[in-house]
Amino acid sequence: MAGLRYEAPNTVDAAIGLLSEVAGAKVLAGGTDLLVQIREEMIDPDLIVDIKRIDETRRIEITPDYVKIGAAMTGAELGENEELAAMWPGVIEAVELIGSWQVQGRATIGGNLCNASPAADSVPAIIASGAKIVVAGPQGVREIPAEEFPKAPGRTALEANEFVVSLVLPVPPKRSGDAYLRFIPRTEMDIAVVGAGVSVSLNEDGTCASARVALGAVAPTALLVKDAIDALLGSKLDDVTLEKLDKAARDACNPIDDKRGTIEYRTKVAGVLVRRTAAIAWERAQKQNG
Amino acid sequence: MSDNQKSGVVGGNYRWVGNNTRRPDGVDKVTGRARYGDDMVLPGMLHMRMLRSPHAHARILSIDTSDAEAMKGVKAVVTHKDVPDHPPAKPPFGPAVSDFHDLSRNIMAREKVLYDGHAVAAVAATTESIAKRAVRKIKVEYEILPHVLDPYEAAQAGAPILHEHQFTLGLEPKPKEPSNLFRTLGGEQGNLEQGFENSDLVIEREFSSQPVHQGYIEPLACVASSSEDGAVELWTSTQGHFVARTLLSRLLNLDMSKFRVTASEIGGGFGGKTTIYHEPAAILLSMKTGRPVRSVMTRGEVLRATGPTVGSVCRIKIGAKKDGTLVAADAEIWYQAGAFKGGPVARATDSFFSPYKIPNARTACHDVCVNRPKAAAYRAPGAPMATWAAEAVINELATEFGLDPVEMRLKNAVKEGDTSLMGTKHGRIGCIEVLEAAKNHPHYNAPLKKNQGRGFALGYWLHGGGLSSASANLLDDGTLTLALGTPDIGGSRSSMRAMAAEELGIDIELVKPAVVDTASLGYNHLTAGSRTTYATGMAVVNATREIIEKLCSLAAFKWEISVEEVRWDSGEALPADKYAGKLKPFSLKQLAKMAPGTVGPIAGHSEINAKGAGASFCAQISDIEIDPETGGTSPVRHTVILDAGRAISPDYVEGQMQGGAVQGIGWALNEEYIYDDNGRLLNTGFLDYRMPVASDVPMIDTLIVEVPNPKHPYGVRGVGEPPLVPAPAAVAIAVENAIGRRMGDLPMSPPKVLAAMDAQKLAAE
Repeated sequence: MAGLRYEAPNTVDAAIGLLSEVAGAKVLAGGTDLLVQIREEMIDPDLIVDIKRIDETRRIEITPDYVKIGAAMTGAELGENEELAAMWPGVIEAVELIGSWQVQGRATIGGNLCNASPAADSVPAIIASGAKIVVAGPQGVREIPAEEFPKAPGRTALEANEFVVSLVLPVPPKRSGDAYLRFIPRTEMDIAVVGAGVSVSLNEDGTCASARVALGAVAPTALLVKDAIDALLGSKLDDVTLEKLDKAARDACNPIDDKRGTIEYRTKVAGVLVRRTAAIAWERAQKQNG
Repeated sequence: MSDNQKSGVVGGNYRWVGNNTRRPDGVDKVTGRARYGDDMVLPGMLHMRMLRSPHAHARILSIDTSDAEAMKGVKAVVTHKDVPDHPPAKPPFGPAVSDFHDLSRNIMAREKVLYDGHAVAAVAATTESIAKRAVRKIKVEYEILPHVLDPYEAAQAGAPILHEHQFTLGLEPKPKEPSNLFRTLGGEQGNLEQGFENSDLVIEREFSSQPVHQGYIEPLACVASSSEDGAVELWTSTQGHFVARTLLSRLLNLDMSKFRVTASEIGGGFGGKTTIYHEPAAILLSMKTGRPVRSVMTRGEVLRATGPTVGSVCRIKIGAKKDGTLVAADAEIWYQAGAFKGGPVARATDSFFSPYKIPNARTACHDVCVNRPKAAAYRAPGAPMATWAAEAVINELATEFGLDPVEMRLKNAVKEGDTSLMGTKHGRIGCIEVLEAAKNHPHYNAPLKKNQGRGFALGYWLHGGGLSSASANLLDDGTLTLALGTPDIGGSRSSMRAMAAEELGIDIELVKPAVVDTASLGYNHLTAGSRTTYATGMAVVNATREIIEKLCSLAAFKWEISVEEVRWDSGEALPADKYAGKLKPFSLKQLAKMAPGTVGPIAGHSEINAKGAGASFCAQISDIEIDPETGGTSPVRHTVILDAGRAISPDYVEGQMQGGAVQGIGWALNEEYIYDDNGRLLNTGFLDYRMPVASDVPMIDTLIVEVPNPKHPYGVRGVGEPPLVPAPAAVAIAVENAIGRRMGDLPMSPPKVLAAMDAQKLAAE
């Protein structure tokens, strides 16, 4: 009986080579989802390819034009980067909600994305940031808009033998802010019943210049909510806007009844959370006037 | 560390008892040296995995293990064919039901599988991974049967029947149709009808609650090793290795003396480890292979196949006079025993109304089988749900009459000399002292903020005493070893050595306690029923006093005086009466050194059936804040007030009080089993079985009340169970007070709270 083979290549090309070699090979970053799935006998792979020794997956690059985050960076590492946390506080607060203190030292931003749970905490925040996902495979490197990356529960836009190398976020303009909130019945160690990510940039007069709103756990994949964005654009987040935002979020929901929440409940809470998240993003944007 | 707040009437000036001392098992636990269930590794050991039923209810048509057995590395497979069968137990049944027909089928399904996760076969292989793969190769043909999960539905005619041989007990004429209702227990006194007529107000309500798991951190783990001469050694995570021995001996038809069972260190039990699950299969596999077999259950297996406490459906009706006097009370409750009879109905009957004198009262508690894992004990089994129903209605009566809830309870509180509905005549008890302490606690009248509600509840629990043995050996350097047979789950080794050191008058660090195996000591019942510090503590005191007697004899021998003229004080033998002050005292250390050359080894032992454990009372005050838009709940303040009799080790008593409160918070707010339409459990891990985590709860305030138990040498009352009894009630009442609407259904999870708030808004409009 063949055992489980483990490889830890140093280059992107070597990793692609290994993935192409064995059918059903799995990519390992932090392992906080993968190892649990193996233990629970949900999967039984013959090969695991650890990408943590590949330099590109393990660094944060901040330039005047973009921010590049390696896929195998952990939540704890991202939270310790003050420059990044100042630019994208919502993305950081989202990755810092994944798992317990101990799990945060292992779980990675790329892994959270690739696990493709509709309830993944980082994904709505990543979508709201306008990130692109950098993917490498036998055909070369390509970029996928974050909102197009999750395809279904457990399924992503990755083609055979591709893997995520990094995420590229824009550098936010002046007067910008983002935020992420989730609802769980407990305070931690739980999975979002609803998650909401909002990023906004304001004009000098305090009206909304651009916005992105994303919801998690209310549909088969995290959603970019166009109507909610329209509700925000040009507004000053007054009560009428908040009511429109609430409704747009509820209308976008297409959830299921499951062990974590009911359709009715998730839909209601989605509206509440989007309002609250937008208010935090707005406040951050107002403080970022320099 | 808290400052161990206390109030009460306790006297006595002790050096160790009542003080916080270093925990003897602490260093090993914080360094990882302590050996738990899965830390035992033996040479040549095989690994066991179980095949479990994917169906809630199905007839087993066939089991084919040949492919699994043919795999390389697989050494043996066992099914029900390897488990001795037993006839159904016959009435009369006591308060607890023991039926080896049921037990043999619970540990390995025979004719039918009765719940998702029910064990069907077990494989022993050279590695765990091979065992897992072999389990998948076992082919079982099932005929799927309709299933039932709700206890009330299961008790109605026409429900799917789990046991064709089970007819409801106590009915005349004997029923012709089998039933899931095994029996109804209860009590009655006075004249109910008249009582309700004489009441100024009668409130009737319905309640329901979900089964909740004990949630011990350490999943069940054991290693069994059987030898060619029929001896069986077993290492297992258990609350009672002597009880495990009895069950295994009877189940497997083997002499009790053939077993040597050792209790590992235990990572929590809360009642859940008071029976056997995977041990018989591990032993049978070891017998078949001649090799040690180890089994470690996964969390998913623990949740699917080990007993939680029962879920409940309850109807209750209480009548009172305007001045708060309780006049009549009537309660009926359906408990879901799980796949086999034996829900804690006897305890429910005692829990509804026992804190109060109610002249006209009745309880009826139904023990009903459903397609869920067989319920197991869980910290005050049967009490919290019954207590919730009674306490919620009493609070409501107080509100209607405009009375203070504690004052109303004080008006009806039981005291020494009163007899409970179930016939317990109370000795010195602390019901009034606990209520007074609650009333005077700053929390009770502290102002609440917006969106917050407060709940108050009182709980009653009648403790167990029972069988305990202990032996003490004085070593010739003046140190003492204590051999105990009740697994240490909440710090009992610390309390035992405090009592032994107190008796002997020596430094506590000179006493080394150990929990020993079943071949090394007389019988011990479980560490359960809040009995250990009480009963085993008494045995330790007796054993230590036997040593003191022997030391006094030795001193008398040396002094050439009569033993009546020697007394023991503060670690020394002193000459008394006419010799007082005339001879130089002997220290314990001197006497211990003399013993080998004179009287020989000095030891004491005690085997007892402890009586008089008595009742204790626990009050709790809970403040819950509600998020008005999401229905999310946050416990913001919680206070536990408990009569501990005497707290031997105050820190551990506080730990029990806080732990019970936290379990009650989980029970009331978020914990539940979620089954799909086919009766399969969906939330099989701690991610979705939502027990509270540390950040979910505030620091739990504690107030230890000490009304000493006259039956115990140091006044001990049990403290393990009472802190859970009123906890779900206090929390649930707080939630209802916060939203201003009755819900009556646990858990009060955010979707249910939000729906109740929406309904309340609609009603207001």
